[in-house]
Amino acid sequence: MTVVADTVRDYSARELLIASIADLLDGVRHVAVGASSPIPAAGAMLLRARNESRGRERVRISILGSQEHNFFTNGGVELFDCAAQGRVDAFFLGGGQIDGEANINLVGTGPYPKTDVRWPGCFGSAFLYFVVPRVILFREEHSPRVFVDRVDYVSAPGTSEGVTRRGGPSALLTGLALFSFDPARKRFTLKSVHRGATAAEVRAQTGFDYDAPAEVPQTPAPDAATLELLRGRVTRELAETYPQFADTLRGERAAA
Amino acid sequence: MGDIVALDALAAEVKSGMKIAIPADYCGVAMAATAAILANRPRDLHVVCVPVTGMQGDMLIGAGLVGTIETSAVTLGEAGGAPRFIDGVRRGAFRLMDATCPAVHSGLIAAQKGVPFLPIRGIIGSDLLKTRTDWRIIDNPFAPDDPIVVVPAIQPDIALFHAPEADRFGNVRIGRRRELVTMAQAARATLVTVERIVETSLLHDENSAAGVLPALYVDKIAEGAGGGGGGGVGGGFWGERGAKTPHTRRPPPPPPWPIGLWGEYPADPAEIARYAAMARTPEGFAAYVDGFSRRLTEAA
Repeated sequence: MTVVADTVRDYSARELLIASIADLLDGVRHVAVGASSPIPAAGAMLLRARNESRGRERVRISILGSQEHNFFTNGGVELFDCAAQGRVDAFFLGGGQIDGEANINLVGTGPYPKTDVRWPGCFGSAFLYFVVPRVILFREEHSPRVFVDRVDYVSAPGTSEGVTRRGGPSALLTGLALFSFDPARKRFTLKSVHRGATAAEVRAQTGFDYDAPAEVPQTPAPDAATLELLRGRVTRELAETYPQFADTLRGERAAA
Repeated sequence: MGDIVALDALAAEVKSGMKIAIPADYCGVAMAATAAILANRPRDLHVVCVPVTGMQGDMLIGAGLVGTIETSAVTLGEAGGAPRFIDGVRRGAFRLMDATCPAVHSGLIAAQKGVPFLPIRGIIGSDLLKTRTDWRIIDNPFAPDDPIVVVPAIQPDIALFHAPEADRFGNVRIGRRRELVTMAQAARATLVTVERIVETSLLHDENSAAGVLPALYVDKIAEGAGGGGGGGVGGGFWGERGAKTPHTRRPPPPPPWPIGLWGEYPADPAEIARYAAMARTPEGFAAYVDGFSRRLTEAA
């Protein structure tokens, strides 16, 4: 990933994603992160560090499969129980396909069950999407094959009617842009495009329809204090669980 | 109850047509027992992954032993997709029961409690319900307008996993991997391979007794992940990897043991990647299994 010189300051595309995730998580007290999700984990760690530096609420982070960042003692079921009790404020979901109603597909493409392309499976999505209040959809690849008009398989639906549900999608962050989601209208709205991308490019690379303002702003650059935390403490903390990813972050900075 | 046996005797308990529950990679995967099962070739297994699987499930599929797989995901993690699973899905080689993690836990918990089903939130609106016709939607009997999914109890014939240690009374250390307790209590029989057998009862220490699966729920235990009895003094066959237990003997060459064991040794990502590459074709898979079994036999 390239580092682009900015008139204000330099930051890498990945640093922007991490800082954006920290902003999207603002206010949460407990965030759970999937096992192989270094960017969401970095965003959660950045929020934790920033809150400490600002004297704000303490943030707990559960990284699934990690021994370090895992206070659960009741086995694999505890995350789901914890979420069911309302004790997980935020979680991240991705998907091989995501559609304009925020339905996600983690199973495959083509007719089920003999799918043409098969992905690992639903994991806990069909449950967590319903019970975690702030689910952030995160997928770096922003292309028409990911963001489709209608998913081939609904692993977990974006919205529900007549069903007990307190959780669901709140935002969609990609390598090009940030969207918000309105469950009542079942529609995404483009909030901002990242530096180097244009609203037209986002439209061309998105297979579903969405709303957008006449003038689409640029995703705000991380401020100096945030970048300093990210490059110092957060990178060191990340290295404990994601050593290769921490090296990548350092490498991208060195190349700047 | 909690009998300590040779690995072959343990693996021989897995017979054609059985429903067998296996844990996720972070819980302790009985890979040496898996190699022995591959050699025995039981057919038409119904594999329940608690709640997901990786290389173990993929190897059982690749060997043609699986008639049904019930799982929330099959993945080799950073090594990518599970090649024999993906190929089998495309060919319709087995009955596929896609699930979602907490529903698998709920099914086992129902069996643990001896009740026929358990309700679970979410899932409604997911395409899972189109094929999981064994999952039903009922009306909450205690409140109006509240449909909720119920999943049936999952009672495996066998639960199979790997743990750091057992005592000679048949109690097994499971630490905070509590789903192993659920699996064992839900199953008709539980088979455990361990790194080492200790002389002192694991229940003796009140402070750690909660992290022990009592022998009541354990049927057979085999020592030494490397094929039974390979461990010897001071910490089992694989002790050298974790370097947590002193190892005075030079261990035999390590068989492929890519899945880590909590508190003992990490996974071996290079070996998992080697499997992922070889298992892309049936021939490569067969060659991998051949080497896997041979190295285990030599080590035993």
